[in-house]
Amino acid sequence: MTATTADRDIRPLGIASATWLIADREIRMRLRSKAFLISTAILVLGIVAAVVVGGVMGANPSLTRVAAVGQGVAVAEASGALDVTEVESRAEAEQLLRNEEVEAAVIPADAPTGVEVLALTEAPGDVLQLLSVTPEVVLLEESEGPDGFLVYLVAFAFGFVFLSSAMTFGMAIAQSVVEEKQTRIVEILLATVSPKALLAGKVIGNSILALGQIVLIAAAAGIGMLASGQDILLAEVGPSLVWFVVFFLFGFVLLAALFAAAAALVSRQEDMGVTTAPLVYLVMIPYFLVIFFNDNPLVLGIMSYVPFSAPVGMPMRVFMGMAEWWEPLLSLAILLGATALIIMLGARIYENGLLRMGSRVKLKEALKG
Amino acid sequence: MLELNSITRSFGERRVLHDVSFSVARGRMTGFVGGNGAGKTTTMRVMMGVLTPDSGTVTLDGQPISKEARTRFGYMPEERGLYPKMKVAEQITYLGRLHGLSTERAKANTDGLLERLGLGERANDAVESLSLGNQQRAQIAAALVHEPSVLILDEPFSGLDPIAVEVVLNVLKDYASQGAPVLFSSHQLDIVERLCDDLVVIADGSIRASGSREGLRAEHSGNRFELQVDGDLGWLRDEPGVEVAEFDGGFAVFDADSAETAQRVLRLALAAGPVTNFTPQHPSLSQIFKEVIQ
Repeated sequence: MTATTADRDIRPLGIASATWLIADREIRMRLRSKAFLISTAILVLGIVAAVVVGGVMGANPSLTRVAAVGQGVAVAEASGALDVTEVESRAEAEQLLRNEEVEAAVIPADAPTGVEVLALTEAPGDVLQLLSVTPEVVLLEESEGPDGFLVYLVAFAFGFVFLSSAMTFGMAIAQSVVEEKQTRIVEILLATVSPKALLAGKVIGNSILALGQIVLIAAAAGIGMLASGQDILLAEVGPSLVWFVVFFLFGFVLLAALFAAAAALVSRQEDMGVTTAPLVYLVMIPYFLVIFFNDNPLVLGIMSYVPFSAPVGMPMRVFMGMAEWWEPLLSLAILLGATALIIMLGARIYENGLLRMGSRVKLKEALKG
Repeated sequence: MLELNSITRSFGERRVLHDVSFSVARGRMTGFVGGNGAGKTTTMRVMMGVLTPDSGTVTLDGQPISKEARTRFGYMPEERGLYPKMKVAEQITYLGRLHGLSTERAKANTDGLLERLGLGERANDAVESLSLGNQQRAQIAAALVHEPSVLILDEPFSGLDPIAVEVVLNVLKDYASQGAPVLFSSHQLDIVERLCDDLVVIADGSIRASGSREGLRAEHSGNRFELQVDGDLGWLRDEPGVEVAEFDGGFAVFDADSAETAQRVLRLALAAGPVTNFTPQHPSLSQIFKEVIQ
């Protein structure tokens, strides 16, 4: 081991290799955390469960089973929404009723309608409605897109997944920044790598993890829909899922830079809450907005262009068929611009805050440098 | 040679370093001493390029230090900095790679250093599970893993037991003997006195003394002598040009106003009877320290 002669073999890392080495450490350390693995598993299972349960409850109701005798068969089948079992006699139909194999029986009768309906204990409302003649309904404004419950479910899913991932990884970045400041390892690191490489490594490492988690969730949701026979739903939600992943990536990078900058202003974990609080609100607002206003085109429209809420707002509008084809692209361009701007700003705050120990650094000072 | 030239640095209104200049020679262990808040840590941070000075320069062999050259510095910050949850060996290898070592070389250096520092068995334990003394050793390994050509260590010996001090000292001396300038701060003056070749004393942000240890001791020795005779030294008090500092029958410590006075006293003592001891007294480092920081 010689201190001076061996120097020729040791070259300082380029910014790209340094960034990657730092990102690699962030990923490794996070994947080693049991808390992270367990919470990811719970999140994925929760989404799959929501998709499957939602599908069973809402999307494909099974047809009501009825028995029919003689000309009752034609009447029952005319409704088009009944599972008709043809039987020979009234007695046979009554037997099926008592066995609870059918909910009602349609049999010929001397009534103006030509049939009468048998049921066990109470009048079968849904069957009666299907058999009745209802007047034609004309809607003045045709509603497009999916129904209310599904919209709510999708809004909740986008909002929640965004909130949970952004918070998990945003806080992870913040913690990692403060850990380095608190232990002062940052002094050793900065003696060999630039603050930009350090920041980039952290943001890239955590973004890869966050994106991985989101892709995992999106895939789980998609597979869940296919597995529970909701192909139609998948076709409806699919494009917005893809947009969600794309928007999330850039939206997250933007938030990650902000979380790193906010954390660089303090020297201890205990103080972190103060500087990250505004960011926590920033992440929570889109969640609440999309839950309360998912049927309000104006609010969604604004959300879909504001960079902080676009990752939730734009996929919602795509899902509801409210967005023109160019709108996601425009919003994505705005998001990209905002992300670039925020990264520059965040890097500045980060660099200036990094070596200031002790009390909280004022934002104005950090920006001035 | 690592040189600081007129470094000045303020934090807000407070001037922390004022016209700081000194040099750290290659192949020598230079001790950097000063009280709390004297400016040691700030000076070291400036040398590492972690802080920029308001004015002044740091040069290595007369050249300004490039960013690339600085990655060849080994640094141990005052407040110990390692990732608490990372394993010792993993973390030191990581720091080696960040400094540009290949993975294999970083691993080999890590193993060698941990073995040498007596941490071989703890290599796969998380840093936070180590005792403070062992964390300290790990920190030293972190400063050395990339085979630095300059070493700047803030309080490397604090918290180490005497055996560990010897171990660390031998490692550092190896580096110095290979031609690396080694600067270490400490406020344990007895350790510095034993370990350093050169000495820099800082107080209130300015350098009060610097030079080789022996040179400084000679410089600050004044004309104090220790005298031991078989008879009584009572007459010494009446000698012109002599100030007695300590007196006990046949033993005395005195300050002479010149070398001639001291020689005259010796002749007088020899004339009176056998002299068993006559030594010029060099001050200890803590005496010099107290003297120069006043």
